[in-house]
Amino acid sequence: MSTDNMSAEDVAYESAIDDDAYADSYDTSEGRVFTLSGGDWDTVTPPSEGEKERIVVNMGPQHPSTHGVLRLILELEGETVTETRCGIGYLHTGIEKNMEYRTWTQGVTFVTRMDYLSPFFNETAYCLGVEKLLGVTDEITDRASTIRVMMMELNRISSHLVALATGGMELGALTAMIFGFRERELILDIFEMVTGLRMNSAYVRPGGVAQDITDDQVARIRETLPLLKKRLKDTSDLLVDNAIWMGRTVGIGYLDLSSCMALGITGPILRSTGLPHDLRKSQPYCGYENYEFEVQTTDTCDVYGRFLIRVGEMHESIKIVEQALDRLRPGPVMIEDKKIGWPARLSIGSDGQGNSPEHVKEIMSESMEALIHHFKLVTEGFRVPPGQVYSAIESPRGELGAHVVSTGGTRPYRVHFRDASFNNLQSTAAMCDGSMVSDVIAAVASIDPVMGGVDR
Amino acid sequence: MSEYTFNDPWWLIILKVLAIFVGLVLMTLFTIWWERRVVSRMQNRIGPNRVGPFGLLQSLMDGFKLGLKEEIIPKTAHLAVYWIAPVISATMAFLAFAVIPFGPMVSIFGVETPLQLTDFPVSVLYVLAIASIGVYGIVLAGWSSGSTYPLLGGLRSSAQMISYELAMSMSFVAVFLYAGTMSTSGIVAAQEPIWYAVILLPSLLIYATAMVGETNRAPFDLPEAEGELVGGFHTEYSSLKFALFFLAEYINMVTVSALATTLFLGGWIAPWPLSLWDGANVGWWPLLWWFVKVQLFIFAFIWLRGTLPRLRYDQFMRFGWKVLIPASLLWIVIVAAARVVRNEFSVTTQELLLLGGGLLVVIIVGSWVLQVRSERRERAQVEAAKAEMDKPFDPYAGGYPVPPLPGQEFTYTSRRAKAAVVEGTATRTATAVLPGESADAPVPSTSDPEEGTHA
Repeated sequence: MSTDNMSAEDVAYESAIDDDAYADSYDTSEGRVFTLSGGDWDTVTPPSEGEKERIVVNMGPQHPSTHGVLRLILELEGETVTETRCGIGYLHTGIEKNMEYRTWTQGVTFVTRMDYLSPFFNETAYCLGVEKLLGVTDEITDRASTIRVMMMELNRISSHLVALATGGMELGALTAMIFGFRERELILDIFEMVTGLRMNSAYVRPGGVAQDITDDQVARIRETLPLLKKRLKDTSDLLVDNAIWMGRTVGIGYLDLSSCMALGITGPILRSTGLPHDLRKSQPYCGYENYEFEVQTTDTCDVYGRFLIRVGEMHESIKIVEQALDRLRPGPVMIEDKKIGWPARLSIGSDGQGNSPEHVKEIMSESMEALIHHFKLVTEGFRVPPGQVYSAIESPRGELGAHVVSTGGTRPYRVHFRDASFNNLQSTAAMCDGSMVSDVIAAVASIDPVMGGVDR
Repeated sequence: MSEYTFNDPWWLIILKVLAIFVGLVLMTLFTIWWERRVVSRMQNRIGPNRVGPFGLLQSLMDGFKLGLKEEIIPKTAHLAVYWIAPVISATMAFLAFAVIPFGPMVSIFGVETPLQLTDFPVSVLYVLAIASIGVYGIVLAGWSSGSTYPLLGGLRSSAQMISYELAMSMSFVAVFLYAGTMSTSGIVAAQEPIWYAVILLPSLLIYATAMVGETNRAPFDLPEAEGELVGGFHTEYSSLKFALFFLAEYINMVTVSALATTLFLGGWIAPWPLSLWDGANVGWWPLLWWFVKVQLFIFAFIWLRGTLPRLRYDQFMRFGWKVLIPASLLWIVIVAAARVVRNEFSVTTQELLLLGGGLLVVIIVGSWVLQVRSERRERAQVEAAKAEMDKPFDPYAGGYPVPPLPGQEFTYTSRRAKAAVVEGTATRTATAVLPGESADAPVPSTSDPEEGTHA
């Protein structure tokens, strides 16, 4: 930048930005490049005429209450937030792109890592899409669907528990936080027992689920439910009628129905406006039409309403899990079609769970064709007819949709997810502008974004 | 000078100073451990149990670790102020303890002396003064860090501590009125028959609330609200300087608890069942009673932290200015009036109680009337909401089309019917705008009312 036609103000500003300890700037052939690191605007750009001093705070990506790596760029006037923006992308892992280079079954391993608090929903949304493309939706066995429903509903409880726990922690309720995580542990134990992994289990597969659950496991899940019910009550008792908690949440983060519609908001935020929109009721999948449960709504449009909805949904989910356990009938958990069904024949051996000796014997020494089939299915995978589908399910955060496109190969052409966290995060500015810094925390906590799902 | 230090010889003064210093540091280490263990217990955890017996040495080790950590000073920090702030905080925290009485006269190496470093006629005011200077440490730390979070934390903190100091000092007034002195040992002595916690309960409640605010502890820990301001005023501090703030916070907790013990729980005086024993209030035993009472308050601090979420800044200030301060003013007036009535007119306790009873009846009746009125208002609101629901559903009312909620009904209007309505408005507008035109003037044939108005 030449110094010929610069006013005195510009010179002062130039020297000011050169002195800035953090926000360095340097000249390139394209012009001057600024490194922005928060702080006062006047160190970056001179304030325009008649403008007051503005403080811009970068809340995140490393901040105790931004749910992972969400970056909130807040413009403050004292304690009041005048403008909010979200910065996302800090957890982008290229999951959708990676899936295009793996078989349809391997895709499950990727999607389970997207929204890491609700892995079973990601898996189910994806698998329902693949099954629809394959045209085998009706051939999925009852037992597999029931197990899916059970796992999803347990997952909904664990996800809501984390939402309450982290939300509580951000508003200073430490015991609510510990209680939430303690109860979640009960559910993670069930996950570990059923799938072998606490998170990222890749349990739901196109065609069914990876392995069956035993009667012992069913009994243990049944044992856990009453304890869970009791403890959920403890946790909600800490907060539901707590005057301070209500003071922090009632009327905060207001978003009415028309705003929700305009911004594409779903899940507890939408239901807090009083609209009982729940995909489990409005377009049932996995046999949800056979379960009895109520869609939780409030008409407060605020953080407190969303909190109550999450508490209520956890109790409804327990009801669904109980019904699912009652509905479990013996039968296969994988589709009959041997061209699709993963040849996972597992059994429990002396060293834990592993390949079934019978199956190994069959493919290794009895049937050459069985070996070839096993090898082809595992390495190459199955082919999916060309076409595209959109399959949506109700995740704890709202509508989770998978747009699955196939060109007829053994790998997806494109898989795109409509993750509820991503869409719901749009409402941050609408909820937070004009409120106080503390309210931003409460509002973002009520959105309950999971950055793994937002960025994918 | 010596009359304020009980005519102690110089070596005894130094000994007492050392004892208070070391005692407070140990107390801090103990309190941190105690807090972590109690909160863990409340949260179904175990807490520190590895270092030393029951994990007692955990906080000592944490302190060592903190001291050995790398120190990071922000480039934008104002160095001199940045250095001095933690020093102010920690020093003031220690100073306040000079006037707290721990016990009665004891014999130390043959010298008869009370367990108290110093005392003077206004020693409670001295504690308040020192606490006020302590605020500077926090404000300066926030300002000098050259970063936004500490700045906001420092601002919150100064506003908070100043407001709550008002309520706190007002809660002392009733005690002063009853004790007739502001000297800490005098106040303890005045509670020999009955604690002020019993006769001045409202004062204790106000003080107990204010002391939580004053020490920035949950649920009033706004200056260091972790979820909002990361670490508040000490976000940019590390290593020993951070340790100093940490130390100051815990010493302040002990100080306000000790002050509460002194002013309301009879200081070192033994509580009732123990006081039947003649030896309870002599020698070194009272030190134990004092310690237990202080620990009771500290337990309350921990209990609060384990139970309650954090208040919002404005709610907290509103609570301080609109509830605590008026309440303490009212209480002071009541106490003063009661004292005057008792002293000036020969009113018996019975009559006073009757008067109090009468006041209570008035208050109860008044609150009942208020209750009825607010119920009526609520009912009116519910009716209004119902009337709102009865209105025909308009999907565009909020500016963006919405589906009907349960209870609402969307009545379908055919496109032709809509067009007819729009046509009607269009013609009407057109005729209104163009009154002087002849009948065969081009009437806008569009179905859009907007265009009709423009014509």
